[in-house]
Amino acid sequence: MKREIPLIITALIGIVFIIQFFIPHEPFHSLSDIFSDWFSIIQACAIWLGALNLVKLSLDKIGKQGMIAVGSAVSLALLVAIFYAPGFLAGRLPLILFLLAFMLMFAGQYSRSRVKEDWFLSVSTVVSFVIIIIAGFAFSNGRQFLEPGTRFDYLYQYVYSPLSATMFAMLAFFVASASYRAFRARNKEATMLLLAAFFVMLGRVPLGDWLTSFMPEGARLSSLADWVMNFPNAAGQRAIMIGIALGVVSTSLRIILGIERSHLGGES
Amino acid sequence: MANGETKNFWVTLMAIDRRVIFLAVAIAVSLPLFLNISQTIYVSPEVTDLYDSLEKLQSGSKVLISFDYDPPSAPELQPMAVTVIEYCFRNDLKMILMGLWPQGPQQANQALETVVGEPPGASFEFNGKTYVYGEDWVNLGFQEGREFIIQRMGSSIAAAFPRDYAGTPVKELPLMRGVSNFNNIDYVFNLSAGTPGTVEWVQLAGDRFHATIGAANTAVQAPMIYPYYRAGQLTGILGGMKGAAEFEAVVGVVGKGTKFMLSQSFAHAIVILFIVVGNIAFFASGRKRRF
Repeated sequence: MKREIPLIITALIGIVFIIQFFIPHEPFHSLSDIFSDWFSIIQACAIWLGALNLVKLSLDKIGKQGMIAVGSAVSLALLVAIFYAPGFLAGRLPLILFLLAFMLMFAGQYSRSRVKEDWFLSVSTVVSFVIIIIAGFAFSNGRQFLEPGTRFDYLYQYVYSPLSATMFAMLAFFVASASYRAFRARNKEATMLLLAAFFVMLGRVPLGDWLTSFMPEGARLSSLADWVMNFPNAAGQRAIMIGIALGVVSTSLRIILGIERSHLGGES
Repeated sequence: MANGETKNFWVTLMAIDRRVIFLAVAIAVSLPLFLNISQTIYVSPEVTDLYDSLEKLQSGSKVLISFDYDPPSAPELQPMAVTVIEYCFRNDLKMILMGLWPQGPQQANQALETVVGEPPGASFEFNGKTYVYGEDWVNLGFQEGREFIIQRMGSSIAAAFPRDYAGTPVKELPLMRGVSNFNNIDYVFNLSAGTPGTVEWVQLAGDRFHATIGAANTAVQAPMIYPYYRAGQLTGILGGMKGAAEFEAVVGVVGKGTKFMLSQSFAHAIVILFIVVGNIAFFASGRKRRF
């Protein structure tokens, strides 16, 4: 039954979604709505599962001594704060921090893991997770946590956004380096790819038009880039999409019919 | 000897330290930010088509804008979001903002803030007119469920988004009272950096529920979206920073898309230069014969 029930659920939902696409009437219409709602609920739970799993893995890397050290440091900081700033106790932050520190020490006491090499990154992950949770739940007007000006919004705008944008921006450097080393006219196909990239890269910026400004409008680099994107690119993309779609259809049918079972635990 | 030295030069050039390339790219990207060079922005047919489809909307039409991206893609997509919001305010189009990505609603708020010049709050003045939250625009927030949210919106938007991002029941918002599904939405504008994004909007909202869709994509994603545009499933595409600059040009806004095009021009030029130099070195060093 451990394998049969998931197979039945998969088959039932898959068949309902296929039928309702072609026959959008009762009972398929209502069933598809119910299944869509359930998908959202499961997906929302999966986000928590993923986040908590990341924290668990990070705690494992920090190790027993690390967890106790971080927990003790937070407790000590709290003690200092209580003695030197009695007003600090008025908010909910000390209580939440104390509980978290206690849980960390408790987890450390019973953990058998050892400190790994990249423990510092794991500490950053756990600390960031804790800070954003506290900021979102306790200090951002409850349900209005997304409103401009809340602590959560502050962290989003001034910490999360620049950090994640920086990570993505580093791609520009690696793309340039990789292009220099890998973009070589080794054979006919590579040369065609190289030429297409050359024309599109120049044609997609005003520099391309400036370089070919002496030519008639339809023959400038921007027009050539448009042509490459609208015809050879669209044709190639269509071929890839049709191939992917056929693969998705066949794999979906195998899953719905219970032929493909690897998602249930590796056995096919 | 001289021939050997020349060959060594090309081999050395091929194995140039990547930090030199990094430095050149850094200079190419940052130097133009301090220069004031005007550039003529050529507007491509896909951007003109998208603009024309927006122009067909009558005053009071409802435009659903889905913010399906996060901060890493914001440099390309945020200027488009800002421009489309400004366009909607100028033309008295009612906006329903939402996100299939968790960061979407905050990107929407940031875009609104950029247009208005301050956090919009419950109401604000813009171009001499007062705009009120719930009547002129709403932010439905983020709902987990990926493309199934689009599917659910096809039967009931209130079921997919029972409350807006601040917790107000959607049925209490005046703008949403006459909106039950895509039949009551005049235009869907999707800002997408991946999945779920434009492909899902086309496949479900467009093909299944016949919504009219325009797309704004990152430069990486745009080539994959062209078949939908060519097939008429999209009214137009804004692709990457260039798309943002073209859209600003056609709407008549000078935003970040236009300002950053100079950096993009320099960056593309430096990458092309490196590719050309790399290939010259490749042929001159005699490596070509091995392939």
